[in-house]
Amino acid sequence: MADASGVPYGRKTQRKPNLEEVHIIWINDGLSCDGDSISITAATQPSIEDVILGAIPGLPKVHLHNPDLAYEVGEELMRYWHQAERGEIPFVLVMEGSIPNENLSGEGYWAYMGNDPRTGQPITIPEWLDRLAPKALAVIACGTCACFGGIHAMQGNPTGCMGVNDYLGWKWKSKAGLPVVNVPGCPVQPDNFMETVLYLLRQLAGVAPMIPLDEVGRPTWLFGKTVHEGCDRAGYYEQADFAKEYGQPQCLVKMGCWGPSVQCNVPKRGWMDGVGGCPNVGGICIGCTMPGFPDKFMPFMDEPPGALLSSNLVRPYGRLVKWLRGFTQSTLNQEPKWRHNRRELTTNPPPEIRH
Amino acid sequence: MAQVAEQTRTETKKARGKLVSMNWDPITRIVGSLGIYTKIDFENREVAECHSTSSIFRGYSVFMKGKDPRDAHFITSRICGICGDNHCVCSVYTQNMAYGIRPPAMAEWIINLGEAAEYMFDHNIFQDNLLMVDFCAKMVQETNPGVWEQAKRAAAPNADKHGYRTIADIMTALNPFEGEFYRETLQVSRYTREMIILMEGRHVHPSTIYPGGVGTVPTVQLFTDYLTRLMRYCEFMKRCLPLHDDIFDFFYQALPGYEAVGRRRVLLGCWGSFQDPDKCDYNYKTMTNWGRAMYVTPGVVVDDKLVTTDLVDINLQIRILLGSSYYDSWQSRDKFVIKDPLGNDVDINHPWNQTTVPRPQKRDFTGKYSWVMSPRWLDKRTGTHLALDTGGGALARLWATALAGLVDIGYIKATGRSIKMYLPRTALKPEVEFEWKIPKWSNAIERDRARTYFQVYGACCGLYFVEKALAELQAGRTRTWTEFKVPSEGIGCGFHEAVRGVLSHHMVIRNGKIANYHPYPPTPWNANPRDVYGTPGPYEDAVQNTPIFEENGPDKFKGIDIMRAVRSFDPCLPCGVHMYLGNGKTIKTVHAPMNCGVGAEAGEDCT
Repeated sequence: MADASGVPYGRKTQRKPNLEEVHIIWINDGLSCDGDSISITAATQPSIEDVILGAIPGLPKVHLHNPDLAYEVGEELMRYWHQAERGEIPFVLVMEGSIPNENLSGEGYWAYMGNDPRTGQPITIPEWLDRLAPKALAVIACGTCACFGGIHAMQGNPTGCMGVNDYLGWKWKSKAGLPVVNVPGCPVQPDNFMETVLYLLRQLAGVAPMIPLDEVGRPTWLFGKTVHEGCDRAGYYEQADFAKEYGQPQCLVKMGCWGPSVQCNVPKRGWMDGVGGCPNVGGICIGCTMPGFPDKFMPFMDEPPGALLSSNLVRPYGRLVKWLRGFTQSTLNQEPKWRHNRRELTTNPPPEIRH
Repeated sequence: MAQVAEQTRTETKKARGKLVSMNWDPITRIVGSLGIYTKIDFENREVAECHSTSSIFRGYSVFMKGKDPRDAHFITSRICGICGDNHCVCSVYTQNMAYGIRPPAMAEWIINLGEAAEYMFDHNIFQDNLLMVDFCAKMVQETNPGVWEQAKRAAAPNADKHGYRTIADIMTALNPFEGEFYRETLQVSRYTREMIILMEGRHVHPSTIYPGGVGTVPTVQLFTDYLTRLMRYCEFMKRCLPLHDDIFDFFYQALPGYEAVGRRRVLLGCWGSFQDPDKCDYNYKTMTNWGRAMYVTPGVVVDDKLVTTDLVDINLQIRILLGSSYYDSWQSRDKFVIKDPLGNDVDINHPWNQTTVPRPQKRDFTGKYSWVMSPRWLDKRTGTHLALDTGGGALARLWATALAGLVDIGYIKATGRSIKMYLPRTALKPEVEFEWKIPKWSNAIERDRARTYFQVYGACCGLYFVEKALAELQAGRTRTWTEFKVPSEGIGCGFHEAVRGVLSHHMVIRNGKIANYHPYPPTPWNANPRDVYGTPGPYEDAVQNTPIFEENGPDKFKGIDIMRAVRSFDPCLPCGVHMYLGNGKTIKTVHAPMNCGVGAEAGEDCT
């Protein structure tokens, strides 16, 4: 109940954030398919509108500048980019798409965003990194292309592209002391990204410590376990029950799944709200959260070399244990004998109940 | 609507006023990046010139060479971040043909269900969360205050169906993030994506689709989970379609002449969608027949006439021309494919024979300025290379299917001039039959309207496909995959409809590896520059001579009518139309409109 001044008693629980507002400058013009921008619109924990409308208290006000969703067009949008490079607004840079090697494009370009107002010439993506990274509170690489190069960086590619850390240096830190935050996935799993954004907003607000990242910059609580450790088909693996065809419900490790060696939580949390995923629903894991993607996993549909060994090793154990479990299961599938409709009570009750 | 009016465009002969250079780069609220450079004649209130440029090149056709063909669908899915699954499916169609295999019927129904949901999801999010911001209260107040005043007084004809009393109420509900309908459709985009991922594992890049079939396990639960969401969508569309009709019809009334915005000649291509597993064996030799059995009929429509519905014919007449793009010609190289499996000659400019050699160079609007090549379709009747467009996808699909009159699955009936679409009773609303009628014009508003109607078309397909899938399940035919061997030599082609239009993949296998792979998504067809014959691309066509209805002068000009024209094509690729913001400087007086080349980003074409 409010006191005499009208201020509710409980308002004292609300803490003002250290940073009042922050802009998200989102470049999706790396060599990109925009799949990560689209993917995050599927998130619900939190959703993009939750973040923009301030649904979660105690955080800085967020101004999102993502070309796929932006109200503004052209120079109206690029205005924020130029304010950011001049240091006029506090911002976090989100990079989506592989960073091309513009040393190789001569007078042309592989990728650009907007034109330089002074020269009228396109501003390439690496140039934007040069201009913006030094001024950013943090740089988040959204999706495997920005994290590690991804699909467009496969053997034989003409653009020589790479991930953000390959360009800025793996020891790079922002002016606020953060390394590049890598949230991989091809595309990034919706809630993984939005949850990371929420963490960083809490860090900027002053209520969370430095974001915990692994040795390649991935948030540890999201990417610390393997696909296999979170897959509901792992039980089949343990029983040496392997699919021989796509469409069977058993473990897919002999059909091309790299789950045992890939760090990703998709089988555990599903693709959206527990629905869908990869090997848990019949899709072989192709390692899309890993720096070695895609080359080290191709051809995708071949059995990974390690799987041959491990599936053979588990075979004697798995078959035996499954067989033994069969007996237990058989017993457990039978009710106790005293449940019947005869005229006698055979439940072996305490003495005072007996006739 | 009544019969289609005459289609040919007359050249404007009036004298040009002073031209003001206006550029917008990047165009936002499309997937990918596009830049449009125009010259606006403010006195005559028209777009006099237009160049579009693209801003990224990735090189799919280069780095796929030498790779295992079985990786093709995983890789090509990454071409697009909203419709990648369309690419994945098209690629497995291509591989099925190259490997000589036919998946079990259950697999086809699962893929069809996933793809139907993709149209339901993608059209919904693009239309209401990206495109309709051009029609929202905030935008209309800033560009056409006079129209906003009219909107406040205009009663919405279908208010009883969607609940918004006036057109202004609808526009307010479309405001980004704050608008009620905007937020509702964002949520719709989530459960429709759940429908996709039930079948395809994840979105946008599927995990459960393979050559030979799918890895999805068909169960009672799988189809129940899909159906319950589908019925929510059907109920939603009973409100959404009348709401969109109200907005589109209002613009025609409030701004007489608005039919000229984004208008071009009817030159539409549709490559068909949804296989009938009873008919489709992926054999090139019978492709004419199984193409016609698709649940969206393939076809080329010229001036409201259906020129063909034959996929073999469609295939053979595709030509990829250079002109204003950053590539070397391949004319002097050997052909990969000399004859198709039926013995027909295959042209050097056909995707099977294309070699992509990128040459990045300084952007020059009088020479080469784009990463996009110019796909054309050779009309054998006249010998001309037609610059077909997809109308944003839905328009071409509905137009071709309506004219062909082949599709009849009860929920959908193509009548020859229209398409009837039946939605059964849902929780709170009775049955409804919508009818899409062939419109008078191929313009911005009709492309947008067709998109909404196709959302219903997709839902109707979903209803039918669920029944067929359950029949397979209940008959015990639950296998979803067939084995195959990759041949050492082979060719394949796949035809499908990406959400925004025609999609083809062409593959050549040599020594068991990919020797050549060329995907052609819709946006290169829509957003290409002038070709070697001087034929302009569809965007240029549609944008130039577009009248300006916006009330702002050069200082505050947003180019909203141009934006509506461009977004009606649902551009999807790192393809940009640049518009420079001139400082109101006069450039020069031009007495005849110059066709502008339109560039598109090769991110999607040869990518």
